[in-house]
This record gives sequence, C-alpha cells and structure tokens, in this order.
Amino acid sequence: MSVDVLVIGAGPAGLAAARAARRAGARVVLLDSSDVLGGQFWRQPLAGGSDADIRALQHKWDRFVALRRVLTDDPDCEIVTGAQVWAVDRRDDAPPVVHALVGPADGGDRRRRVFVPRALVLATGAHERTLPFPGWDLPGVYTAGAAQAMAKGEGVAVGKRVLVAGTGPFLLPVAASLLHVGATVVGVVEASSWRRIARGWVPRPHELRPKDLMSKSAELGGYVRALAARRVPYRTGAAVLAAHGDSRVTAVTVARIADDWTPRQGTEQRVEADAVCVSHGFVPRTEIAISAGCALAADGSVRVDEEQRTSVPGVYAAGEITGIGGADLALAEGEAAGRAAAGRAGGAAEVARHRAFADRMHSAHGIRPGWKAWVGDDTIVCRCEEVTAGQLRTVLAATETRGLRSLKLSSRAGLGICQGRICGRNVEDLLPDAPLDPGRTANRPIVVPVRLGEIAAPPVEREV
Amino acid sequence: MESSDVVIVGAGIVGAAVARRLALGGFRVTVLDRGASAGGTSSSGEGNLLVSDKGPGAELDLAVLSGRRWAEFAAELPAELGPGFPDIEFEAKGGLVVATTATGADALLAFADTQRSAGVDARPVTAAEAAELEPDLTPRVAAAVFYPDDAQVQPSVATEALLASARRHGARLRQGVTVLGGVVSGGRLVGVDTTAGRFGAEHTVVAAGPWSAEVAGNFGVRLPVLPRRGTVVVTTRMPRRIRHKVYDADYVGAVESELAALQTSSVVESTAAGTVLIGSSRERRGFDERIEAAVVGELAAKALILFPFLADVPVMRAYGGFRPFVPDHLPVIGPDPRLPGLWHATGHEGAGIGLSVGTAELIGALMTGVEPEIPAAPFAVTRESLRKVTTG
Ligand SMILES: Cc1cc2nc3c(=O)[nH]c(=O)nc-3n(C[C@H](O)[C@H](O)[C@H](O)COP(=O)(O)OP(=O)(O)OC[C@H]3O[C@@H](n4cnc5c(N)ncnc54)[C@H](O)[C@@H]3O)c2cc1C
Ligand SMILES: Cc1cc2nc3c(=O)[nH]c(=O)nc-3n(C[C@H](O)[C@H](O)[C@H](O)COP(=O)(O)OP(=O)(O)OC[C@H]3O[C@@H](n4cnc5c(N)ncnc54)[C@H](O)[C@@H]3O)c2cc1C
Repeated sequence: MSVDVLVIGAGPAGLAAARAARRAGARVVLLDSSDVLGGQFWRQPLAGGSDADIRALQHKWDRFVALRRVLTDDPDCEIVTGAQVWAVDRRDDAPPVVHALVGPADGGDRRRRVFVPRALVLATGAHERTLPFPGWDLPGVYTAGAAQAMAKGEGVAVGKRVLVAGTGPFLLPVAASLLHVGATVVGVVEASSWRRIARGWVPRPHELRPKDLMSKSAELGGYVRALAARRVPYRTGAAVLAAHGDSRVTAVTVARIADDWTPRQGTEQRVEADAVCVSHGFVPRTEIAISAGCALAADGSVRVDEEQRTSVPGVYAAGEITGIGGADLALAEGEAAGRAAAGRAGGAAEVARHRAFADRMHSAHGIRPGWKAWVGDDTIVCRCEEVTAGQLRTVLAATETRGLRSLKLSSRAGLGICQGRICGRNVEDLLPDAPLDPGRTANRPIVVPVRLGEIAAPPVEREV
Repeated sequence: MESSDVVIVGAGIVGAAVARRLALGGFRVTVLDRGASAGGTSSSGEGNLLVSDKGPGAELDLAVLSGRRWAEFAAELPAELGPGFPDIEFEAKGGLVVATTATGADALLAFADTQRSAGVDARPVTAAEAAELEPDLTPRVAAAVFYPDDAQVQPSVATEALLASARRHGARLRQGVTVLGGVVSGGRLVGVDTTAGRFGAEHTVVAAGPWSAEVAGNFGVRLPVLPRRGTVVVTTRMPRRIRHKVYDADYVGAVESELAALQTSSVVESTAAGTVLIGSSRERRGFDERIEAAVVGELAAKALILFPFLADVPVMRAYGGFRPFVPDHLPVIGPDPRLPGLWHATGHEGAGIGLSVGTAELIGALMTGVEPEIPAAPFAVTRESLRKVTTG
C-alpha cells in the first residue's frame, strides 16, 4: 500500500488526524509505540478491566471507542502499534524518511520499516515536567503521570497516604484516579494562587463558548466534587519544598509560596505521606519534529500555522507538541492537520476556539522563577547522572562558559539515559544568564534508545 | 577600543591552547567567540589523541610533540585549576588497530612498518595477544597492532581547562562576540571589528575551526578550510568491557560505502563515564547538520564487526560536527605573509583535539621568534601544495 499520510502518535491528536485524512480520501498509516491506541489521555488498563472501571477513570471514552472503530474497520488505514519511530532523515522541502522498529521493545526481533510519506502528521504528545526539590529522588516520589498510569493501567495506587502537588488542572484527574484505586489523598497542593488562577481563567468569559465552558467545567467540576466528597484538601499558593525519609518518603514539607513561587518563610508544615506525586506541566515531545527540520516557537513547541502546517512542506503537527492544551485541543488540531495533510482546508476555527482555553491555562499555571529557591546545593538536578545543583554551579563558576552544551559535557547533567528530557529545561532555567545556545539539549536524533544490532541490519525496502 | 597583544578568533580547543601558550609567554591575549566557549567542533567529536593513524611526516611530528604536551598538561592541571574543576579524563590507554581481512592485514602491517621507522611504538600482536588485550574482541583477527602511545581526553572539558588556565595567566575570553572583519592600517592587520566593537591587536590568530575560511575571507585572504561532516554514536552506560581504543584497519584505505561520499571507519572506545563512543563517519556535505539513519546504521555495523557483543547494547545518542579540513590534509599554522599581523591555527581535520597543544607550541615559538621544536615550514599557508587555492 502506498502511503499518502503517515501519522506518528495515536493519542487524541493522531487518531483525529488519521480519521480526517481518511475522510478526505488519503491512504493512511498510523504508527504508535504503544501496544494500544489512545495515547496518554485514553490510557487503558493493561489487563482489560471492566467497562465500569474504565468509565470511572476515562473521559470522552465513547468518543475514543468511536474513533478507534472507524479506523480499525478501515482497510485503507493501516494501524501499526508497537511501532517505535527511532529516527527520521530530514529531506529538503519534503517530509522526512521515517524509520520505525516494530515489535515488542524488549524482544530480540523487532522488524525495521522505513516510510517515505507524501505527508506526515506529527502527534507525539508531551512528557511531564517535574521541578527538582530536596528529596525528589527518594523512592516514593513519582511524577503525577507515572502515578496515574499505574492507577489507570494496572489498578495500583503508588501509596496509602498520597500527596499530589505541582501545578495545573492535571493534578485533579491524578488525585481522582488515586482515590479510585483506594489511596488516601492527603492533599492536592497547587502552586498557583487563587488570584492567579482566577485572573487566568475568569476574565473575558464572553470569549469562551458556553458549551465549551460547560464541557470543561463539567470535567474539572467532576474531579473537584470527587475530591470534596472524600474531604481531600485542595490548597493553592503552596508547594512541596522537600520530601523526607531514609529509604523512602515518610513525610514532606509544604509551605506557602508567593506569586513568583518564592517560599514564604515560616509557613512550613510537615505532612505525613508515603508517596508524593508531582507535576509542573508538560514538555512537548519534539525530537522527531526537530530532526525533520521543523521550526520551534519560543516556548519549545512546534510552530504551526492555522492549518497545522509546520515550517517543513508536507509536515503537519497536532496536539501537545504544538503547545500544551489538553485533549479537546488535541482532537481539534488533529482533525485540522489530517484534513490539511490530505490536501483539504478547514478546521482552523475549531482549533482557535480550544486554543483560548490553553492560553488561559498557561497564564493560570505557568512555572514561575521562584522555584529555584527550593533547590539547595545538594539537590539532585540530573537524576540519571546524579548531578546536584551545587555541582552545576561549581562547574559554571570554574569554566565561565555561557554554553549549555559545554556545561552539559563538563557537568554531565543531561548526558544520561533520559538525554535531558527530565532535566534539560530545569538546567537551562537554573543558569544565571541565558545560554548562548538555548534549546540545544532538545536535539536528539536518536529518538529513543535502540540496540545497535537492530539498526546495524542492512537497510530495508522503503515504503513510498 | 579594547586592545591587546593578540586577538584569537575562536574559543575551541585550538584557540584555547594557543591562548594558554601565549598568555604563559607573556602576551596580553583576548579570545573572541561568536558563540559560547567549547561550543563548536571541539564539543562535537571525540577526544582521541592518536599517533596510530598517522604515517611518517609533519603531522606525525606534530602528534608526537602534542602527545608530550598533553601528558604534561594533564599532570599539571589539577594543581593549577583546583579540585573544583571537572576532570579532563586524560587516559593514556593505548590503541589497538585490528584488521579482519587479509588485504586489511597486509596494509596494516606495512603501514606499521613505516611508522616504526619513524620512531612510533607500533607493536604487531598475535590474535591471542589481541584477545588478551581485548577479551570481547571478535575472534576474526587477521592482524593487529598495538600503539601504547594513543591516549584520550574529554575534548570539551579539555577546551574549558585550557581556557581556564589561559585566564589564570591573564587571557580574557569574550563569548557571544562575532568577528566581522579586519582593521588594516599601513598594509598590516591591526585589529578586528566585531559585534561588540573594535578590538585592536598586534597579532590576530584565526582559530575558527571549520569556519576559518569565512573569517579569513572577511580579512581579505583566501584560506582553503572546508567542513567535513562526522557523526558519532554513544551507547548507554555499561560496565567497562572495552579497555583500549580499538579501530578497524579500514582507515588505511577507507572504503566507499552505499552512500556517495560517505566513509566510515570505526573507532570504538569506552569513556570514563561508562558509555561507549563509536565514531565516526566522514562526509563532504557542507555545513549540513542532519544525522541520517543510514550513517548511524553503518557505524553500528562496523562496530559490531569488532565487538559482536555490542549488538545488544542500546545507543542513546548520535551527534556530529564538522572537521575543519584542508585539501592537502595538513593544518595551517603560522603567520600569513599576505597580510602581516594575521596568523592561522586551523585546519586540523579529525585530529584537532590531539594536535591543539602542539599547534600552540609552534605559534608560541614563532611569535616570540625562537626556533620551534619541530619544523614549522610544512604547515605554512604558503606551502606549495596549497598554492593553487591560496593565490588568486
Ligand atoms: C503522563 C501523562 C498523563 C496524562 N494524563 C492526562 C489525563 O489524565 N487527563 C488529561 O486531560 N490529560 C492528560 N495528559 C495530557 C495529555 O497529554 C493530553 O491531554 C492529550 O493526551 C494530548 O494528546 P496528544 O494526541 O497530543 O498526545 P498523546 O496522547 O500523548 O499521544 C502521543 C502518542 O504518540 C506516541 N509516540 C510518541 N513518540 C513516538 C515515537 N517516537 N514513535 C511512535 N509513537 C510515538 C505515544 O506513544 C502516544 O501514544 C497526560 C499527559 C501525560 C504526559
Ligand atoms: C565527529 C568528529 C570526531 C572527531 N574526533 C576527533 C578525535 O578523536 N581526535 C581529535 O584530535 N580530533 C577529532 N576531531 C576533530 C576535532 O574536533 C577538531 O579538529 C577540533 O575540534 C577543531 O578545533 P578548533 O578549535 O579549530 O575549532 P572549533 O572547536 O570549531 O572552534 C572554532 C570556534 O570559532 C568560532 N567562530 C567561528 N566563526 C567566528 C567568528 N566569525 N567570530 C568569532 N568566533 C567565530 C566558533 O563559534 C567556534 O567556537 C573530530 C571531529 C569530528 C567532527
């Protein structure tokens, strides 16, 4: 089968893109590294799970089931799960050549497939951003996404008494999932103050359509009710400043913070907890887009026009990689991208509507520089290579370099297995002066680790 | 206008080494870089300090001189820069060159003979001895030669160390300053114009790596330095199983592969951190930064010939840079008689990390008017083999 439109990522954005491209008559190949469709938003129990369980944890589930059915029933849409895109070759003014390995990642015999698509939709989503604090490397500290994946995917709670902390609306579904799998949530700690949240969400309500507002507030309202029913305290303008414990977390220090997130002296409280889930937002997964040559916006997301076109002809991007905005925006962008990739126009208005929400979320929950005051000299910044903030400062003082690349190579921060996905932006933010080579840590031509034996194999036929 | 005795254009390893040498020699030195320190080629390659790949001639002489300087520098450094300075990871671990075919074996042994006649310690070893040196090496060894004098450094840290040492001796470094052109007075280059204003200097040294032709061009002289792309892949950390630097003998007559103008010959080595570096390709493709799966695949395939066990080891990163290459494959070092006041220290291709400190030695001697330890003439920009490209 020839490939008109190749879609990478089968979350809300990728699924919507595949369907829209099919509706416009294009032959579609949809790739996802996961074994199931749905992405982060519709992450499902690994072992099936009852319909009631799924519905309790999932939103817009019927929409997903419908999307999935349309695509799996369609002979002109090839869905390849377990397909890890590990590299792309940039071409001049054309979509890149896409290299995938298909099969179980830990199995010895993944198959190589190489695509030369006429149009490419990138819908690779985002990964979480976590700010460091003393003790965040203790067992028992999880990213909120990991905790949620365990709840949604395995029905397991990461602890008995769990604190959820960080910023953004994502904290709410995480707390709700934890409650659902039987944990006691001792609190949800949101860094933004009510004032800032209100300033972000409330003004110019006429810009939001009542229907959207209803849908959004119904979703968030549902979580808030679930928390209230279980008497889970929701604190704003506060943060976890440290996690304590010897072999694992036993308690955390929570304190009030100012609008710029600087801790307020004397407001520290100790909270007993055996697990902490933190999330400070999301970072677009842009490896493939960068290798393909797509220009980025100042915030590191992929720059697109109103029809989701990137700067590379034939390459479109949709969902979290174009800026963090949630599942509704991802669906709308996917729809527009799929249509445009198949050569049809339209869909921009829908995107603009959902963008309005995303913008509000950023002004309400964006990271503030005061977090740097939480970080002590002993606080690990790069977990893979165990580099502390103090070591970073020492290396910086010794070399006086103004380059991230040099700092990374001299300090080893970002050189480990995660390749700076976790620490890259934090390291950049910790520098006293803006680096002269910003964003260079985001350049990762090898998208995920692959075994040498898998890629040394002789080149395979290209699917054009 | 700021002024100093010497302005060095480029804070890569060559600029850094020259800055240190001249500062130690009493010159007031200013290093200018349009980007950050160690942000160019010197942090985009590997840190092999090799004699094994050099046949008799001027480059070998420079490599041998440089090898001595590296050993001294590595020994002096901790005391000079203090314990807070990151380790340059100097390791005199030795290199093992391995041929896996009969033709490769003949070429390798013949090459080693010529090297030995020039004083290089090049020791042919049997397959059994090779296996002792490298227990995980392929058993298909047709010939192998051990070079005890091959060493390595972490090139980016080494660049920073040379710069830090230069600063301690009075040199100044300005990052984020682009040199735009020269200031000529009475037929002499007396300074440079930059994005941060004018810097006056009696001597200006071009150490701009693969961008040297552009910098020299802005001074009005032709300098034949071209970029030659190289890609390196890095594995995840693992317990050390590769003890020396290990190369296939292909480089002796590097093979053409599937891709036009792509050559790979492997150099496989463990780093202090436990990763394994596999390098590197050579491609002529201008300043094209893309990294292609086929190149990565070629490097992987070559590495597996030497170390089959690597098949199960994950690679986590690929990166690349542009070797500053000169058509006759020798660096350009010394004053440029076409424009008095102008000096070059560039064009070291795939050996600039190693050759940087020897290069600095030559510049230092020539600038102070003393006889260098090795002849400088072969590196002169006026040499015969470059006449076609430097004149007109
Ligand atoms: C851990 C986590 C949990 C989240 N949970 C929620 C939640 O509960 N509620 C909520 O409203 N929002 C949640 N979000 C936000 C969520 O990302 C978006 O709302 C929505 O899923 C975005 O859709 P998307 O299609 O852009 O990306 P995603 O849904 O993330 O889909 C991206 C897909 O691309 C695939 N992919 C990425 N790279 C490759 C590659 N190289 N090769 C092959 N496939 C690849 C991934 O496997 C994934 O399936 C979560 C985000 C994260 C990171
Ligand atoms: C893949 C690869 C592997 C390699 N492996 C080895 C090895 O194992 N051993 C070895 O010895 N060598 C190796 N090399 C070669 C070595 O890296 C280079 O020879 C060396 O780094 C060159 O150093 P340099 O200081 O001349 O150039 P660079 O490090 O590139 O420094 C030049 C500097 O000049 C600056 N500059 C440019 N234009 C201007 C301007 N107009 N104004 C101001 N500043 C400017 C740049 O920003 C840059 O920082 C390798 C190279 C590559 C690409």
